[in-house]
Amino acid sequence: MNLFLETLIGGLLAGTMYSLVAIGFVLIYKASGVFNFAQGSILLFAALTFVTLLEQGLPFAAALAVTILILILGAILIERTVLRPLANRSPMTLFMATLGLSYVVEGAAQGLMGAQVHALDLGIEDVPIFIGDVLISQFDLVAAATAVALALVLALLFNNTRIGISLRAVADDTRAALSIGINLNRIWQIVWAVAGIVGLVAGMLWGARQGIQFSLSLVVLKALPVLIIGGFTSIGGAIVGGLIVGAAENLAETYVGPYIGGGITPWFPYFLAIAFLYIRPAGLFGERTLERV
Amino acid sequence: MKRLVLTALLAAGVAATALAPPSAHADGKEQYVPLPTYRVGPYASSGTLWWAGTLDYFRYINEVEGGINGVKLKIEEFETEWSPDRTVEVYERVKNGKDGAPVAFFFTHGTPASYALIEKGAADKIPLIDPAGGRTESTDGTVFPYAFPLLFNYFSQASVGINYIAQKEGGFDKLKGKKIVTVYHDSAYGRETQAAVNLLAKKYGFENFQIPVADPGNEQSPQWRQVREIKPDWVFLRTWGVSTPVAIKTAQRFGIPADRIIGDVWAGSEADVIPAGTAAKGYQALAPYPGGPNFEIHDRLRKAILDTGKSDLKDKKFFGAVYYNIGLINAVLAVEALRAGQAKFGNRPLNGEEGRWGFEHLTIDDARLKEIGFQGLLQPIKLTPADHEGGGAARIQQWDGEKWVLVTDWIQADRDTLRPLIEAKAAAYAKEHSITPRSPTAEN
Repeated sequence: MNLFLETLIGGLLAGTMYSLVAIGFVLIYKASGVFNFAQGSILLFAALTFVTLLEQGLPFAAALAVTILILILGAILIERTVLRPLANRSPMTLFMATLGLSYVVEGAAQGLMGAQVHALDLGIEDVPIFIGDVLISQFDLVAAATAVALALVLALLFNNTRIGISLRAVADDTRAALSIGINLNRIWQIVWAVAGIVGLVAGMLWGARQGIQFSLSLVVLKALPVLIIGGFTSIGGAIVGGLIVGAAENLAETYVGPYIGGGITPWFPYFLAIAFLYIRPAGLFGERTLERV
Repeated sequence: MKRLVLTALLAAGVAATALAPPSAHADGKEQYVPLPTYRVGPYASSGTLWWAGTLDYFRYINEVEGGINGVKLKIEEFETEWSPDRTVEVYERVKNGKDGAPVAFFFTHGTPASYALIEKGAADKIPLIDPAGGRTESTDGTVFPYAFPLLFNYFSQASVGINYIAQKEGGFDKLKGKKIVTVYHDSAYGRETQAAVNLLAKKYGFENFQIPVADPGNEQSPQWRQVREIKPDWVFLRTWGVSTPVAIKTAQRFGIPADRIIGDVWAGSEADVIPAGTAAKGYQALAPYPGGPNFEIHDRLRKAILDTGKSDLKDKKFFGAVYYNIGLINAVLAVEALRAGQAKFGNRPLNGEEGRWGFEHLTIDDARLKEIGFQGLLQPIKLTPADHEGGGAARIQQWDGEKWVLVTDWIQADRDTLRPLIEAKAAAYAKEHSITPRSPTAEN
């Protein structure tokens, strides 16, 4: 029973790390209906920029502020050079543009800041805490708290501010939003900047665990099943999807893995996602799209 | 007037070309060495240091020693991002040499590429070189004349790991009943030691547990929860890339001390421990390629290459890093094999068949190690047509929180125990591919 509880709790906490990555995708999907293939590269770029600035001797807060500034400038640049020229094109065109963008951002990150591995110490001990006989990771607790705090901040931003209401208007009906004077370009800039900052937070936490290096961009592979399960348009869905994926893959690896050779964590979430696609194609919290045919 | 100047310049150019000393390659004095490399992509952090070591040593040979007996090495890099299909493409492009300079061997730079090319190499008679990697049964050169899992094959890696554990426990008899868990990268590379560990478990009576970690391995809680349930005496860590620092940190979280974990060759570089921070302090790893910048060859390179600004290393703090030294060692093995080949075929560029002969007669003893500046960094090695490994030893290095410290001398693998297993696997391959093994003495 202890093993089951420990696996379940550990899985739920680990799942919030996936949620952090998935939230970045949700923001851009909500604003433009595009699956941003470049989110992993942006996450890598953000974390690499931050750690490089730290290594150059900048204090933590200054490095964070400069990185956020760079991400905002990057969002403006992306909107002006990639998104604006492709406005009103099909979502597939925009998706392909983000695919190309991911290679540019990855190349820029490694070209400018090198390919070496960097250690990142956030001052969070990755040591176990015992509640009874159940082992819980202190680091995972902090990550979970960060994910929940981030989700709350974003919920406040999008529900209670003018920018958030504008974004929801754009997401609901782009043409109607444009007709009432909402500046679509500015909205895209804001959303890409916020997605970049979310990527920075996720990159810092993942980077503190595994080091900041190219493979950080691969953590987004875990975001896709999270999005399919939680829904592409819901931040809350990203949190719930992350919890489901984290718990399911941990339990499956522990209880099913030994009977089928183990090492099933990479594909099991996708298996689960396919099952959800049969039952709820829009995910648990995603918006169902109805189209006249 | 303008036309006159142009004509004069053209004439001068033609005359200069005609009167210039013939180029090395026009002389047939260049040996083509294609290198499939990965300076970008997921494994770039290892690759950039590795190729720096290799290129620096080749540059040293060309510029300080004037080539190998006067034969200059003509190096060309090809970016593959460690992708086997791209490495196969590179192989196809370079196998016939370049501008008259022949290929004597092909570094595969990865076990998956070694697997992919093994039949092509045999058909084209190009030796495939993969030190501390490759297909383990290709150690048997009677079945695999053109494959060289040189220096330290996977079975030897398992054996040295077990031998070191026995040394720490106070003898092989103390292994009985001990629990040894292998946490491995779930790939051809990761699974390659299983047969050897099974055999050694039967021989010494320890309990053998194998736990896979799927690529990329950035979340390993379920695996280390299983390890904790087993309560192991030792853990043999056979991960690669990001899965190593994650393993070390997760092990700490589950209460497995770092000094009870022994990493294999590909889990024992600075890139594997630095991201793990304090959790890696005390972690040990097999080192056929020890880290450190103070071996004799480093002094020579520092003087001739680094200090003269000719190094490929972008950041000099990595001079002597494990991956840099891997590059040096692989390069010196190639250079010494070419020397061996030239001793038989003459001081000229060699083709693949001659390159194979060179590798199969490669001998680097202590005296030669001292002469070339690799004493302590490289083990003595002797290959034969039947034995394409030739070394089978490693030192153990331990991470002290800032640098690797060598804690043992060379520990030899139990090659006599493992050889029948290698021969059995090679025989099965020979049967499957209708290969008649050649006589081990035929090439002497």
